[in-house]
Parts: sequence; structure tokens; C-alpha cells
Amino acid sequence: MTTVEPSPYLVLILVGFLPNEIWRALGLVLARGLNEDSEIVVWSRAVATAILAAVIAKLILFPSGTLDNIPLAVRIAAAACGFVAFICIKRSVFAAVLVGEAMLLLGGFLFGR
Amino acid sequence: MPVPASFSYPGAAFFGGVRSALGSVFFPVLAGTYIGIGALAHDFAFSSWWLALSTVLVWAAPAQVILLSALGAGSAIFEAAVAVTLTAIRLFPMVVALLPLIRRKETPFYQLLLPTHFTSVSMWIESLRLLPAIPAEHRIAFCNGLSTTYMATATTFGFVGFYLAAKLPPLLAGALLFLTPLSFLISTVRNAHMLVDRLALVFGLILGPILSALDVGLEIMWTGVVGGTAAYAVHRFQEAAE
Repeated sequence: MTTVEPSPYLVLILVGFLPNEIWRALGLVLARGLNEDSEIVVWSRAVATAILAAVIAKLILFPSGTLDNIPLAVRIAAAACGFVAFICIKRSVFAAVLVGEAMLLLGGFLFGR
Repeated sequence: MPVPASFSYPGAAFFGGVRSALGSVFFPVLAGTYIGIGALAHDFAFSSWWLALSTVLVWAAPAQVILLSALGAGSAIFEAAVAVTLTAIRLFPMVVALLPLIRRKETPFYQLLLPTHFTSVSMWIESLRLLPAIPAEHRIAFCNGLSTTYMATATTFGFVGFYLAAKLPPLLAGALLFLTPLSFLISTVRNAHMLVDRLALVFGLILGPILSALDVGLEIMWTGVVGGTAAYAVHRFQEAAE
């Protein structure tokens, strides 16, 4: 079977742009009657959150490239430290990311390949 | 940051939006996020221009990360499209909530197209916070100035991350790649105000790797549907119990 490799820009339009933009367009056309608390919106937000969580977990647990040189335990510990920092330091995303990154660099420096 | 309530010359509202964007918390957040996404694009062997175009066209960091990691890991195109569209549903209620703020009776339809396309978490939060203080006739220009600046910031720092990832020693390049999952994890925790959102996050974090390890195929999509629906079911049970 011969497969034609689609152009990456065509893939971007078909797989990235259109499936994403459709919801903005629908919002523009149907912009009445739905609010943030309606049940379908709550469900779809839960599905989107779970998808995002799966992607986050995959990027931390099974990274593709350079991040793989830093041991799994260090990556998990750094993410956990970032989370704890977020809770402790005034719910600041910025501070949490700094702490998580610092832990990753320290752990990678001590235990990395 | 104070916003001038009136604008004295044409275009002043647009530049008011630019100034608000540069002074907002989302400026460093977007810069950091897109440095991470740039590094990710490099890691998955995409071109920097492909990434820049995806920032302008898709303009949603979660969808872009899913697109990069799904296509880069060789997932089915169908699965990538489904995962992107499922994360994009959240844009629908945002547009619905934004439009009443910027639309006046005499506003032509085409003027709503740009603010609609610009709708994303960062722009939406700042627009809903700042627009009420701005005269109705200047809101679209202000919104466009704000959003253009955010988009330019993201595109620029995408390039920065891409080229840094190529040049830096492995440990530092690894740290750049870690920016995306770390900042997404933390901002998802921040945005999860309701029990249903927190449960969906936890279910996704657990279910995603399990389904991945079991090699079931379309695991991102299934994690979303199963984990999200389970979280929603718990939420319904809890509401019914109250």
C-alpha cells in the first residue's frame, strides 16, 4: 500500500486549525442562551481537563527527547515540588514554575546522565 | 494597571490594549509557556515556521501542545483532531460570554471576527476584567490591541524556545522541555475551582499513563471521555446528595 505523506501545513489546517476554530465560530453564531454553569459546558470542561492532564502526565512520564536524560524520579519530584510551592506561595503560578524548574535542574545535575 | 477611560485619538484604544497586555501577568506566563512549546516543537522535529503559523492560526496553547505531541509521536491524525477539538470546546462559552461586552447594535459582523479568533484563556480573563471600564465604542480596538500583543509575544518566544533548545546543553534543554508540563499542570490546578475540575485533573493524570502503558490506542481521547465523564458523574451524585 502506498501512502501519500500529507504536507505538514495541510495537517496543521485540518488537524489543528479547523477542529479548534469550529468552537469559536459556533460561539459567534450561537452566542445566546448558554452560560458557564450549564451542564453540557461543565461536562465538556471536565473532558478537556482530563485530556490536558493525560498530556501533562505523558510529557512528564514518557518524554520524547532531551528530558529523558533526567531520571523519572527527579521529574516527578520536581512537578510535586512545583505543586506544593503553588499551594504554599500565594497560589502563584510563576513561583511554582520557578521552584519546579530549580528542583529539576538540581536533581538533573546530581543524578542525570 | 489603570486603564484610561477615554481615548483622545484614533488608535489610542488599540495602544491602550497593547500597554495593558505588556503590563499584565500573562506577558511573562505566555513568554515562558511558548519558550517551552518552542522547545517541544524542536524536540518533535517540527519547523519553527510551522510552530509560528500554528500559534497564529490555532492560538490555544493546550491544543498546540496536543497537536505537537500527538503528531510528533506518530498518533493517528484522527485521534489528534478529536483531542484538539475536545480541548477547544472551552472556547465556545468564552466567546459566548465575551461578545455581549464588545457588540453594540451598530457593530458590523466582520468587526467581531478578530476578537472571536483571538479568544483564548489569557485574553478572555483580561478582557472580562478590563473591558467594563472602557467606553463601548472603543472596546473592540482595545481588545484587538491586547490580543495582538499577546499573540506577538507567544510567537516571538516560540522562536526563542525553538532556537534555545537547539543550542543549549542537554540538562538546560531538558529544563525548557519541562516548562510545558509544569506550567500546564500548575495553571490547570489554578483554574480548577470546582470539584468536578479537580477530579477530572486527577483522573486524567492517573488514567492517561495507564492507558498509554496498556497500549490501547487513542489513549488521550479515551482518557478525556472516560476520566472527564467519571468526574462529571461524581459531581452529579454529589449535587443530588446535597
